[in-house]
Amino acid sequence: MTIEELEQIAKSVHQENAKYDYEVNVCMDLACASQGADKLREALVKSATASGKKVLIRKTGCMGPCSSGPLVRVDPEEHLYHHVGAGHADAIVQSLGGNPVPALQCDLNDHFDKQVRVVLENAGHIDPEKIDDYISREGYKALLTALTEMTPNGVVHRITESGLRGRGGGGYPTGLKWGTVAKAGGELKYVVCNGDEGDPGAFMDRSVMEGDPHRVIEGMAIAAYAVGANKGFIYVRAEYPVAVARLTTALRDARRRGLLGSNICGTTFNFDIEIRLGAGAFVCGEETALIASIEGRRGTPKPRPPYPAVSGLWGKPTLINNVETYANIAPIVRNGGKWFYNMGSERSKGTKVFALTGKITNTGLVEVPMGIKLSEIIDVIGGGVPGGHKLKAVQTGGPSGGCIPAEMLGLGVSYDALMAAGSIMGSGGMIVMDDTSCMVNVARFFIEFCMTESCGKCIPCRAGTAQMFTLLTRFCEGSGTMEDLELLVDLCNTVKETSLCGLGMTAPNPVLSTLKYFKSEYIEHIVHKRCPAGVCNITGAAAVEQSPVEVVA
Amino acid sequence: MPAFTPPPLPSDDKRWKIVNGTMRKNGFARHALIETLHTVQSSFGYLDDDAIRFVARSLRVPLSQAYGVVTFYHYFSLKPPGEHTMTLCTGTACYIKGTDKLVAAAEQHLKVKAGQTTNDGKISLMTARCVGACSRAPVAICDGEVAGEVTSEQLLAQLERWAVE
Repeated sequence: MTIEELEQIAKSVHQENAKYDYEVNVCMDLACASQGADKLREALVKSATASGKKVLIRKTGCMGPCSSGPLVRVDPEEHLYHHVGAGHADAIVQSLGGNPVPALQCDLNDHFDKQVRVVLENAGHIDPEKIDDYISREGYKALLTALTEMTPNGVVHRITESGLRGRGGGGYPTGLKWGTVAKAGGELKYVVCNGDEGDPGAFMDRSVMEGDPHRVIEGMAIAAYAVGANKGFIYVRAEYPVAVARLTTALRDARRRGLLGSNICGTTFNFDIEIRLGAGAFVCGEETALIASIEGRRGTPKPRPPYPAVSGLWGKPTLINNVETYANIAPIVRNGGKWFYNMGSERSKGTKVFALTGKITNTGLVEVPMGIKLSEIIDVIGGGVPGGHKLKAVQTGGPSGGCIPAEMLGLGVSYDALMAAGSIMGSGGMIVMDDTSCMVNVARFFIEFCMTESCGKCIPCRAGTAQMFTLLTRFCEGSGTMEDLELLVDLCNTVKETSLCGLGMTAPNPVLSTLKYFKSEYIEHIVHKRCPAGVCNITGAAAVEQSPVEVVA
Repeated sequence: MPAFTPPPLPSDDKRWKIVNGTMRKNGFARHALIETLHTVQSSFGYLDDDAIRFVARSLRVPLSQAYGVVTFYHYFSLKPPGEHTMTLCTGTACYIKGTDKLVAAAEQHLKVKAGQTTNDGKISLMTARCVGACSRAPVAICDGEVAGEVTSEQLLAQLERWAVE
């Protein structure tokens, strides 16, 4: 495969598409699929055939606003239809060439206008199972350009120049990581893609792997060239069977096209990728635990250093990046580091994909430039809190993150600002909570998660999270005391400072951040035996009014 | 050192050939343990002692290590699943939208705890740590079919339909 051949494929795809007068794109992502997108597509094919119109019906990945699904977009007019059922197929096909179907039209301009799509640029525009669709949108051009026109060092330099930071949540500079692996000695090196999206409430990586799998593969191949690796692994959760199937198809097609394998693009570069399935362990998102899991062992982390960049998979230098990080690579190589560097805030460059869920009108996937205010995401893109309820907090970073109170929505989204607010960027889960959520209960939920998911190797995390859970349960049941609260804070600090890996070190974050911003709710539970949000079930003797003085004493 | 001969298949059940296929594809390498266990579970529905012993011997992994892996990962099950499986997602988005009430309703209805199967072997009630369909929370997976915005009534109706089949 050469760049000319690539352009030839793209040209033939455009010619093929030009044979059709209309393109009807049907979102087949999980949310739409669970509401009958498949039947809808069949009905559209039937209607289109019967009408005699030249219509291309395309299955696409996630279009974004999942709460409006099933979604259909008609091109070239770009009419977006929401809540489409199989019964609407005839009306849609009939409307082609005329006026759009008014009943199905949705006004999501505010939702889309504030977004900038880099990682999701192909989402909703290509059939993820067709490699040629990806190639027709400049796919694999970056890989071939890198292989033929750039040195490995040049690629590392471009990534460094872009200012890209790890999208798994930690925010480590990607170029720096690549440079370390590139400099590491030895013949054998590995490139690993972390697709173990264990953070509950986040599904960006699933959508990227399902909706645009070649983008991940291309990013990994460029990374392999840059650091000098010949073998890659994609570690995917077994809970994502569609992602596994799409990646398997994509890998097969890439091999057939000569974009993976030996002597790629007539160069001396060889690279291939294998898929490894996770088996339901949150801790495997931690890089050393992930390595253990790929090696077929229990996913327990190891102390660092040595970092995987020096000694990783089977003791060899290993580059581990998250799905979204790899998804950013091809556009950076294509458009240059400066282009990426000019997007975003001072120290957080580019865009970030968030899974916007919880008590918000427009749930779904959004991609925004770094530095955007939280309020813009919630009120404008998300459409605010529904049902006349009041926004209470926004949770980012999952079990490792924290809750940001409504008063702080003016905050710009960046790694540093979120950390300063007691949360973290995380992988991109953004869960909106309203006045019906009890923050003590939320903290308990996350600690229960960390307690169950703790691998048990180090004591602070194994025993600490269990004790924190017991204390939080007491508060939720109305039997907690102010001494318990002090003990909880003490435990949080111990677990944070002494745990072996990121899971334990960040597990106290949900507790500490809710304590920082919603201490009054804790006090209500402890002193007045009352849950302000009406979530906790405080009954019986515990609910008897006690005077605060007695309890404190 | 004499060449290693893998143990014979436990029975002439064709599914063992699929399991063996996964191991062969990976050159009977030790690191194929998790991959192979996945194949066993997808073929047989769960992992029993015979299967774990067979895989451990075939890959030359100590039985203790194989058992350690099986019990470490939540995805692997040592018990056969019921005829039907109801999995309720307990991820954050589902929790915020009240999945705890769904779990409680299902537990009460089936008279089992989450993670268990009814005495007649008909229905398994499971919880998942997030299936990535957060935008449609709360989510239930009924025999592999994802259903979103589930209410207690819908949930109990589905369980009822399975029970009388």
